[in-house]
Amino acid sequence: MSAESTDLTRLSAATLADKLTAGEVSSDEVTRAHLDRIAAVDPAVHAFLHICGRRALATARDVDARRAAGEELHPLAGVPIAVKDIIVTKGVPTTAGSRILEGWVPPYDATLVSKIKAARLPILGKTNMDEFAMGSSTEHSAFGPTHNPWDLDRIPGGSGGGSAAAVASYQAPLAIGTDTGGSIRQPGAVTGTVGVKPTYGSVSRYGLIALASSLDQAGPVTRTVLDSALLHELIGGHDPHDSTSIPEPLPPLVAAARQGALGDLTGVRVGVVTELNGDGYSDGVRARFSESLTLLQQAGAEIVEVSCPHFTYALGAYYLILPAEASSNLAKFDGMRFGLRVTPDGGDGLAATAERVMSATRGAGFGPEVKRRIILGTYALSAGYYDAYYGSAQKVRTLIQRDFAAAFEKADVLVSPTAPTTAFKLGEKLDDPLAMYLNDVATIPANLAGVPGMSVPNGLSDDGLPVGFQILAPAKADDRLYRVGAALEALLETRWGGPLLERAPELATAANSPVEATR
Amino acid sequence: MSISTHGPIDLIDYDEAVARFDPVFGIEVHVELGTKTKMFDSAPQVFGAEPNTAVSPTSLGLPGALPVVNGTAVEYAIRIGLALNCTIAETCRFARKNYFYPDVPKNFQTSQFDEPIAFDGYLDVELEDGTIFRVEIERAHMEEDAGKNTHVGGATGRIQGAEYSLVDYNRAGIPLVEIVTRPIEGGGARTPEIARAYVRSLRDIFRALEVSEARMERGNVRADVNLSLRATPESPLGTRSETKNVNSFRSVERAIRFEVSRQAALLAAGGVVVQETRHWHEDTGTTTAGRIKSDADDYRYFPEPDLLPIAPSREWVEEIRAGLPEMPVARRNRLQGDWAFADAEMRDVVNAGALDLIEATVAAGASPASARKWWMGELARVVKTTDGELEDLPITPVQVADLQGLVDSGALNDKLAKQVLEGVLAGEGSPQEVVTARGLGVVSDDGALLAAIDEALAAQPDVAEKIRGGKIAAVGSVVGGVMKATRGQADAGRVRALILEKLGVEG
Repeated sequence: MSAESTDLTRLSAATLADKLTAGEVSSDEVTRAHLDRIAAVDPAVHAFLHICGRRALATARDVDARRAAGEELHPLAGVPIAVKDIIVTKGVPTTAGSRILEGWVPPYDATLVSKIKAARLPILGKTNMDEFAMGSSTEHSAFGPTHNPWDLDRIPGGSGGGSAAAVASYQAPLAIGTDTGGSIRQPGAVTGTVGVKPTYGSVSRYGLIALASSLDQAGPVTRTVLDSALLHELIGGHDPHDSTSIPEPLPPLVAAARQGALGDLTGVRVGVVTELNGDGYSDGVRARFSESLTLLQQAGAEIVEVSCPHFTYALGAYYLILPAEASSNLAKFDGMRFGLRVTPDGGDGLAATAERVMSATRGAGFGPEVKRRIILGTYALSAGYYDAYYGSAQKVRTLIQRDFAAAFEKADVLVSPTAPTTAFKLGEKLDDPLAMYLNDVATIPANLAGVPGMSVPNGLSDDGLPVGFQILAPAKADDRLYRVGAALEALLETRWGGPLLERAPELATAANSPVEATR
Repeated sequence: MSISTHGPIDLIDYDEAVARFDPVFGIEVHVELGTKTKMFDSAPQVFGAEPNTAVSPTSLGLPGALPVVNGTAVEYAIRIGLALNCTIAETCRFARKNYFYPDVPKNFQTSQFDEPIAFDGYLDVELEDGTIFRVEIERAHMEEDAGKNTHVGGATGRIQGAEYSLVDYNRAGIPLVEIVTRPIEGGGARTPEIARAYVRSLRDIFRALEVSEARMERGNVRADVNLSLRATPESPLGTRSETKNVNSFRSVERAIRFEVSRQAALLAAGGVVVQETRHWHEDTGTTTAGRIKSDADDYRYFPEPDLLPIAPSREWVEEIRAGLPEMPVARRNRLQGDWAFADAEMRDVVNAGALDLIEATVAAGASPASARKWWMGELARVVKTTDGELEDLPITPVQVADLQGLVDSGALNDKLAKQVLEGVLAGEGSPQEVVTARGLGVVSDDGALLAAIDEALAAQPDVAEKIRGGKIAAVGSVVGGVMKATRGQADAGRVRALILEKLGVEG
């Protein structure tokens, strides 16, 4: 047995599930181990905004009791999970990383939370994020940034930096993220974790606080491809509360991951997207990408070059559609019904009308990036500008969908680097929104077209920081991501002799004296 | 936002106003659909519940909540569209109408903008004198209602001067269909009457379609009335005012009359009409200025991304069409034919709100003429004295038919029948129960009658002689005596026959 098996937090969800089923460990032990880990390292990482230790342990003990009584349980029952704070949880504060929701306790559960609860996974807590998921660094959280476990001076990606950092630092084996333009995949890439954005409509959005309704999709954040498949199958499927939910069942994802792990990709056509692999991608990112392609080729895949000419316009279209929808979705945060309410002090002699309370609340409750996008979106939807901005962006979206359709004629999956660079330093791009937006250039097309995407860790760049390999599949063919992703993961780990995350520096903990970080 | 108080308003006499100007109007009618649940969520639709109890995360606009379209509401909207002779869209979308107001929980209303479910229709409206006036319908679209604000502490109950406001979201999300007319021209002096008849026709249609209880007093049906004046029918359209929430038939008529007089005074004095929304005041019968409305109002409409387009299949639309009930005008025509009522009679029946009552009375066995006689006669008189409605009287069509049945069988004469009616209205029970309780049967025992006749003839021997002598008409006074003696409980016809028989005279 290797050293890790003594530490329950180092095990994958699949392994924990096996041990729980076999009765080798109890959920109480597993959950406690993770809560202890959170207590030890999260003061430095700041992945969590809210920790629900007592609730998690209650769920864990309930699972143990049921198992002892011989009850048939979900395979993941008792395996702890972290949930991004943009997902509504009944009785547990949900802020979406914003002051405007500080103190709000939702009276209902998101559908995916109901599924997690029905399967009896202890929920450890709610993870940090850029405010309302607007950002690529988690620096726009109103409650302070999350730090990258690989280098605490660097960003963990965003908006779901909290979920990615929690999983990368062994605070949770599983986490839920949401991906509107790359918020699951880009944090996955820069923290060395696996992140999946499912097909739009395959995981219910009911209870996901909307950023951009036509782009948002919740998905798994894990350390292994198989774990993502297990979690994806748990949270996915039709939901009558979400009109955009796909009625058909999910394709078999766990089976696809297990098949892929055998390492044989004979007959699989892998398309390299010309537009997503060139200028703007760092040398290290490109080097790891071509090495991964070679591995896939050696596993029997056929590598083809495909062009998606309209991807060039994706970023522009995205930054019209997203702010437009967000400006409307965020209108409800007005201090009238929930969350923060700021009443003007009356020093100006004016009455505190509803309009002035709304204005003061929004002025105080929203951060600068949120305000920036609300203003952009309001402008883009204004009479006289609608056709030029929102209308044109929707046309670009159609063209991008056609690019995907044509590309998937030639290839079964499309691939690219997930993010153009490794994690940058905290503060480095905070004052340069455009540079920040460029982080998502490779991930955005999938959201605009509704197709699924995965980021798999595929090595370290020259700076010793992780990079990710993005796989895209046609809508409703999420199983292809798992087959190819699991194959790549298996091939890479064989080469490395273990998971990439084992090469991350040990974090200083209360129980552990600080080890030297390789910075 | 500019708010004006009730100030003196210059008016021109209505007749003079319509002589000098040509009025053009348009009406937007909102009808609340009588579905069990709301437009986009499963919160129940109930009237009069405790504030903020008929709500869900979706109708409260809570973070994360999503809408799902109510299929019954779509079916009702299609029914309305078909009844108004509209084309039903093959596909249509919801859109977000963005504006900040506390009674709109999401700060946008989910409505339909450029893709209504029904469009290009018309409604033939029957005026009081039987004239048919065609109102063209531009569109009928689906949307959700807002919550209800209550302003507390002010003198007027309006937001100005209030100390604070309360919001009840029970109404938020109730499905509405908004029906928008094209500009209605050619009404001339009858414009207010046409407007009233149009709204009333819509109300009747909503009820016939069973899509809404359509109770005006509950706000199930609400009208916004646009009005503009122009010099002549050939002139371009003038600037319009939009008077909001005119919620009774009578108010629709009065509001238009008032606006015609107000705008005419402005124009006649060389002034201009401001494009604005106006508030209707039921008590004073006037309108006052509300918000200045310009075409620059920017609701930033865009297609609702949380909902899929609605594409009612042609088969479904035809199925709904086939299941539509008879429309009020067609039904009226059919009943008039069946009952053989004259045009004027039928109009009076309709205007008195007696159509359904007479139909039910006939269905319970009365002849159409006798049913009409009761509802438009004795009962209409009762209603007139109480300023009520026929349908609210404490008597059912079945009871009216039973009463007539007693008359037809000879058990009651007309005079007694009126007494029985009084008893029924006084809550003494069914007609038969009143007859028994009050002892009001017609005396049909010939023996008792013959005794009374003998007495009457003995009292007037000269009259008996006259009758024997051939002056048959004189029999009336003997009949009168008998009726008096029997306190009106005799069948006058039978009495007459018995008298003639006794005197050996051929009647």
